[in-house]
Amino acid sequence: MHNPRTILSHSDLGTLFATLHAEGRHTIGPTVRDGAIVYDRLIGPDDLPTGVVDEQAPGRYRLRHEGTRRFSWSVGPQSFKRWLHPPELRLFRATRTERGFAVEKPEAPPPLALIGARACELAAMAIQDRVFLGDVVDPHYASRRRDLFIVAVQCDRAASTCFCPSMGSGPRVSRGYDLSLTEVVDEAGHRFVVEIGSEAGRALAAKLPLHAATTDADAPERASAEAEAQIARRMPTDGLREKLLGAVASSNWDDVASRCIGCANCTLVCPTCFCTTVDDVTTLDGTHERVRRWDSCFHPDFSYLHGAGPVRSSVGARYRQWLTHKLATWHDQFGTSGCVGCGRCVAWCPAGIDIVAEAERLAEDA
Amino acid sequence: MNDPWVPTPMTVREVVRETADTVTLTLDTSASPFAFAPGQFNMVYLFGQGEVPISISGHADRPDELVHTIRGVGPVTRPMLDLVPGDVLGIRGPFGTAWPVEEARGTDVIVVAGGIGLAPLRPMIYHLLANRRDYARIVLIYGARQPDQMLFVDELHHWRGRFDLTVEVTVDQGTEDWFGPVGVVTRSLARARFDADDATVVTCGPEVMMRFVVHEAVRMGVPQDRIWASMERNMKCAIGLCGHCQWGPDFVCKQGPVYRWDHIAHRFAEKEL
Repeated sequence: MHNPRTILSHSDLGTLFATLHAEGRHTIGPTVRDGAIVYDRLIGPDDLPTGVVDEQAPGRYRLRHEGTRRFSWSVGPQSFKRWLHPPELRLFRATRTERGFAVEKPEAPPPLALIGARACELAAMAIQDRVFLGDVVDPHYASRRRDLFIVAVQCDRAASTCFCPSMGSGPRVSRGYDLSLTEVVDEAGHRFVVEIGSEAGRALAAKLPLHAATTDADAPERASAEAEAQIARRMPTDGLREKLLGAVASSNWDDVASRCIGCANCTLVCPTCFCTTVDDVTTLDGTHERVRRWDSCFHPDFSYLHGAGPVRSSVGARYRQWLTHKLATWHDQFGTSGCVGCGRCVAWCPAGIDIVAEAERLAEDA
Repeated sequence: MNDPWVPTPMTVREVVRETADTVTLTLDTSASPFAFAPGQFNMVYLFGQGEVPISISGHADRPDELVHTIRGVGPVTRPMLDLVPGDVLGIRGPFGTAWPVEEARGTDVIVVAGGIGLAPLRPMIYHLLANRRDYARIVLIYGARQPDQMLFVDELHHWRGRFDLTVEVTVDQGTEDWFGPVGVVTRSLARARFDADDATVVTCGPEVMMRFVVHEAVRMGVPQDRIWASMERNMKCAIGLCGHCQWGPDFVCKQGPVYRWDHIAHRFAEKEL
């Protein structure tokens, strides 16, 4: 399909929100809270970050003010995972009947529009699609995913923790979106170059006050090149699955265990980690709710067996499970790596453990 | 859409007390026949308490009933000891892989069970006996911690009275009124008479027991690809979505619980995998 690029003026961002709201969608996008950029329900463009950039390094994340751009930061602690695979979700509610119980399923959530999804976020969604829409379909993920509208954003800068090019997931958004925005600020003004990625995107774009892009037409490519030039970190993906599976007895697991505090931050910030547990809650009126919550392979109870205790009782074994699953056995299970190179686990590790450095050392060992 | 997270209510028809902490529950599935293969398991939900993975211990040829043998050891299973006919449980399933009833045809079949591990093997035994002509010798070796912790005692007596199978029962710890063998199942296995070249070994019990059973069977000459073991892992969903039961590349709820030994021997040797 022929996709002429168009321009959305910065002052018309509100129309984008209003048009999405008119379709009955909740708009989910970036906003600044507690010193970080998080994804939450937004009312309009005023909720977006303004003139905020991030600085990230192993164990470090800081925001500072600079300029007037809305999207000139990398990724914060949350991914859009929390909106498609919520951290807490009621699976069903049961009420007592004369001899048994009756089950009531949760209501379907309203359709969502994601605003500001970057290439790594889209790659993570494609990975979670394989997890939740495989031979067994998770109806909760499926209903949120099916009705999704995605407004992507082209990265024009990268954090020091980013390594998407080596995972083949970025920085350029090239598929899996409805509309994409590339932010341009210069003497001619503040505007977005709009690319159309789907029929739904085309239909929505028709309702927006867009005008033809003339000199800005190559802005998306320029932004991606600028971001990519800033990325030095590289995951050694070549033969990594085999190398990691061969390093099962490496002493490096004990070494990383001496630094890892088993806090589970990496799994919670990871946009593809999908593990959950269930909690059973009975209220005073006798109603029972079964609630699904994010869980982590770093918790000792995760592998608990009656009579035997945790299968993975040492931190080293739990780190090995996480890293080996993410970078090796994920391929066996889902035909892809479980890593998109967003760097969140590096920045949000309180001990500054760097998945790339650990993978490098283990790969050398093998 | 069919929701794989939501259990189907089923009514308890019969309760048999096996031991002080174990019951066998028969659920009525006559309204909606329940098909499964020996070795598979269900997620069993008790209202207000939670859900646990429990293997099916009944006869696969009887779709009008579903039988679970449950040891009450945790917050969900302990209250299940007090269920009475007419009570209702929630069921999701069946899940997982099955015992090799086809692959074992024509061979000697050696069933080695430890403790509650006899429950998932009972559907296999039922199948062997229901199709007795399809198999050569049948040997059942069962070890319990103590005589009063033995499951299916009446049935064990009945099976032992048959001329077409050998039943060896042993306990780890004898009591005053126990005159049977005392010792581990591997000793009974070493003494059992069967054609190791043409035998199928199926085992379920604690991992340490299965490790020694397999070691002994291999020593006796049973090929590794003729040995099957049932693995236990923490499970929250049984549909490959919660991640808890991962073991190397596998979700034990899907690729297991019943495994052919040559497929898992290398993994079984790794600690804390």
